[in-house]
Formats: sequence, C-alpha cells, structure tokens
Amino acid sequence: MPYILVDEKLPGIRALLAFRPETAAPIGALAEILLRTSDSLSKADRELIATYVSHLNDCFYCNHSHGEIATCYLNGDRSVVEAIRKNYQEASISDKLKSLFQIASKVQQGGKCVRAEDIENARQQGATDRDIHDTVLIAAAFCMMNRYVDGLNAVTPQDMTTYPLRAKQIVEKGYGNHIFLQPQPDKA
Amino acid sequence: MAYIDLQNDLPGIRGPMVYRPETGAALNELAEILLHDENNTLSRGDREMIGAYVSSLNDCFFCENVHSAMAQHYYQCDTPFIDEVKTDFTSADISDKLKSLLAIAGSVQLGGKQVTETQIDRAKTLGATDREIHDTVLIAAAFCMFNRYVDGLNTWAPQDMQVYIDRAAMRAEDGYSQSGLVK
Repeated sequence: MPYILVDEKLPGIRALLAFRPETAAPIGALAEILLRTSDSLSKADRELIATYVSHLNDCFYCNHSHGEIATCYLNGDRSVVEAIRKNYQEASISDKLKSLFQIASKVQQGGKCVRAEDIENARQQGATDRDIHDTVLIAAAFCMMNRYVDGLNAVTPQDMTTYPLRAKQIVEKGYGNHIFLQPQPDKA
Repeated sequence: MAYIDLQNDLPGIRGPMVYRPETGAALNELAEILLHDENNTLSRGDREMIGAYVSSLNDCFFCENVHSAMAQHYYQCDTPFIDEVKTDFTSADISDKLKSLLAIAGSVQLGGKQVTETQIDRAKTLGATDREIHDTVLIAAAFCMFNRYVDGLNTWAPQDMQVYIDRAAMRAEDGYSQSGLVK
C-alpha cells in the first residue's frame, strides 16, 4: 500500500503524478523529450536504456512498463528486452548501444563512476556528444523515477497483461498528464 | 573538464542545461516547484536542506555547495550549522519533524526500497503531511538525478566557497528560471 493517500486505482507513478500535478508537468515533459526524441538514438534505444537502469534499480513497475514500451517500438519482439536484463553484452543490440549501456550502468551506481574510458569507448563506437548527454540524463532521470515510485511504495500491478496496454497508450499518445487524467486503458 | 563539448563554460548543471535547453527547461521547472515555489508548507530552507543533504551523500561537490548556500541563506545561519546538519542531523538543532524527513531522504538516496514504513510513521507522528512526505521523497529522488547528471558528465565546479554564498541571494530572488541560467 502506498505510504501516502493516493488514488489506488492508478498504477505506479501515475498515482503519484495525479497526487501532485504541479510536479507531474515537468516530469512528463522530461520523459517526453528524453524518451520520444528520435535522432541518432531511436525511441527503442532510449526506452531500452530506461528499462535497463530500472532493472538495475530493482524497480519492478518502471522496469516492466518501459520494457513493454521498448517491445512495442521493436514490433513486439520481447527477446531484446529479456536479453538486456540477463546480459546486455550478449543482446542483439548495436555495439554503440552497448557502449551507452556501459555509461548508463555507471550513472546508476553514481555520477563519479563514469570514467573517461567509458566515454572514449562510446565515441569509438560512433556515439555523438548528444547521444552521450541523453544517455547520462536518461539514466539519471530513472534514478529519480525509480526512487520516486518505490520510495512512496506505489502500487505495482501484478497482472502482467496490463503492462502492454499502458505501453500501447504511451506509444500512441506519448507521456504527459493524459496518463493519469484519462481512464486507464482496459482490455478490449 | 566536461566529457562532452557543452559549447559554453558555465559551471555545474548550468552547462548541460544550456547545452540541451529542452531538457534544461523541464529540469528547472521541477526545481522551481520543489524548492522555490511558496505554495508549500515546508519552508524553502528545509527543502534546500534536503537537497544539500542528499547531494552530500552523493558526494556531488557542485550541488552540495549550491544548495547548502541556499539553505544557509534562507535559515540566516552560518556555514558550520549547515555542515552539522549534513554530518549528523540527529544531533543538530533542527525540529524533530525535519529530522524525520531527512531520515526518509537518506533512505531514498540509498534506493527507493530502503524507505521503511517505520520512517514514514515517525514523520507522520511528528506532524508531516502526505504532501510533505511526497515532496521530501521527490526532492531526494530529484537530487539523485541532478547529482548524477552533474558528475556523470564531469562538469566543472568553482572551488571558491564564497562564490556559492554570493550567488545564493540572487538565486533566492530569481528562483530556478531558465533565464537565470546564464546570469
């Protein structure tokens, strides 16, 4: 049960965002920019980084929510998400993305854990300054999101069939206040 | 030196915020609401103190000194008082309620799951509202982001402590607006 009185019909971070819409706005904007920009990092790449950091932080809700969103962008292929949780080095992702995962995992441990070698390695695999910037900030942002969700003991849906429904909603409409203001997606 | 070319020489978080203004605006807006907005039953000093404490736990020099100076400005106290809160808040001369919120913030810094029901009950017994507990958790979580952003990109920080003290009054006046970044 959440530590504070929130709408328990809303899952995970959605109930917390609804509790405090003032902070929900910049949090939603941050997620939208970081996860829905598509440049030399695809939306799938960005969601995979978020999934991996949430996995490292042992945040079930974020891990599975973003894992399903990544899966949507990968046309339903769940094997990549499952592989990165086991060992990203052996997942079928590009060497560049692997080098960015290395940076993200260091950020998860702490900002100072990122070494010049990690950055150099990413550059050698073709990462741009912007790719590196966004990777660091996505990883850092999920160190916030994960702590927000678990620190307030938010509701974690156990019914795994609900995660793809919410994922589809995000893929179609993006992040923002609609995720707690509109009715939650239901099974067809 | 920063790991990437930020195309500006601003210190700390201001460098990457100006480098990527889209995310910079969202981050500033979050800081503004959590730390500066007056519509809050937690004082600005207490909220900055929580930010400074979490930054000290994360060993983030820039954020720790910026937000320690902010807390010092609002509290109208001296630097040793702020240092004492960061070093051992349990024996510092602050309210029991703030102590209970700093305990929650310390757990958030370790990881979301480290916050215990006992800590929450203690804060509520001492008068903390749900909204105050929410903001404490989110401030602590947000600093786990800000600190990683600043150090993960290896940004530079002024070493002269007086710089932080001198800037605090201006920041308190202007708040965390995007336009204040380049001042």
